[in-house]
Amino acid sequence: MKRAFPILAILTAGLLSYGLYGALIQAPTEQTMGDVQRIFYYHVPSAWTAFCLFFVNLAASIVYLAGRSTKADALALVSAEVGVVFCTVVLVTGPIWARPVWGIWWTWDLRLTLTLVLWLIYVSYLMLRRFSSSGQTPMIAAVLAVLGALDVPLVYFSIWFYRTQHPQPVIGGGGSIDPRMLHVLLMNWLAFMCFATLVCWSRYRLEMVSRQVEERQALESLASRSPR
Amino acid sequence: MSAVTGVTRATLVKDLRLEWRSKDAINSMLFFALLVVVIFSFSFDPTAEESRRIAGGLIWVAFLFAAVVALNQTWARELRNQVLDAYRVSPAPANSLFLAKALGNFIFVSVLEALMTPLFVVFYNLRALGPAYQLWFVASLGTWALVVNGTFFAAMSIRTRSREIMLPLLLFPISIPALLAMVEATSSILTGEFSAKFWMVLLAVYDVVFTTGCLFFFEVVLHGE
Repeated sequence: MKRAFPILAILTAGLLSYGLYGALIQAPTEQTMGDVQRIFYYHVPSAWTAFCLFFVNLAASIVYLAGRSTKADALALVSAEVGVVFCTVVLVTGPIWARPVWGIWWTWDLRLTLTLVLWLIYVSYLMLRRFSSSGQTPMIAAVLAVLGALDVPLVYFSIWFYRTQHPQPVIGGGGSIDPRMLHVLLMNWLAFMCFATLVCWSRYRLEMVSRQVEERQALESLASRSPR
Repeated sequence: MSAVTGVTRATLVKDLRLEWRSKDAINSMLFFALLVVVIFSFSFDPTAEESRRIAGGLIWVAFLFAAVVALNQTWARELRNQVLDAYRVSPAPANSLFLAKALGNFIFVSVLEALMTPLFVVFYNLRALGPAYQLWFVASLGTWALVVNGTFFAAMSIRTRSREIMLPLLLFPISIPALLAMVEATSSILTGEFSAKFWMVLLAVYDVVFTTGCLFFFEVVLHGE
């Protein structure tokens, strides 16, 4: 397992540089938006990666609630942290693209709002973990993760109806995507997924080590007190 | 089942009696909501037409903030004298305690709403152009949505440091769809431009989903491990 880590790191570096090359040079320039559109190769893969990580968080939380496994809890924490980072990337790159193309930084569109609400829910999840004391943290965090996931479809429907009721700005029409663009997009997504896995993996190891250290310290302080 | 209702009734009556004698929660909520109303009306100074459109948002934001005051006291009261620990070791079902607390908060917040709504009507010159009777459904469904999650998250946040800050941080993100539904339903009824049906259905679904979720998980949260 330990040998796989550097291999994955090298693979990720290669994929990320190939993805950068694809996004900046290989992909054709979009007709109406021009070069601004290239941010799309970072924006969309980050969004997909963030959603995958949030899904991992939900799965790990359910596994934790079912079996109280420490590993599942560490995985839930790690995937939420990295997911929030990728979600932040989405929320930052989105307005940078929207400003020249739509003429506005932000609109309360369905996808934008849903991403923002997801980000808020997971930030509150991380805050809970940070503020929570003692050994109950994993359990209440897992419960919050499940309730947060229950909230997502409700958020979706409420904003969907809210938006269909109000006028909305024109969003760059759907249409078909150039196969070369799709290729670059998927390549970047693969690279981002590898990168996310890599970061999660090292963060997971760090989390497990720091928990072991804490446990050892707690045991040592008990042992040094007991002779008296 | 009789154990559930018996414990629920006993806890609810105890909470209501405590509140009746001390009036801690209701007084602080009322004064807080009053302050919010006054500050909002200074900062907007709307005409009757405008206020009809923004009042839905103002009313529910005021109630949400005020409700947090009561919700924070729900469990903090039980920490004194280790009442909560006593409850943990007793064989009484956890959900009956949760239901009692949620119902108690529902009553407190409803009383607050009943007392504050006339003030809103006076300060903002409100008159519903749509079917006003629907406001009853919106108010009760919306209050339950706030209170059921609020009671649950208050039980979670007593396990954290700086618990009074933690409750709104947990409650507000999850409550976004419910809040949106309450605000939109109230505005639609006040302006009479749209039907509020969809929002009431959404609120009802939200209530069912989260009441089930909270009842399902409350035992885990109460017992901790």
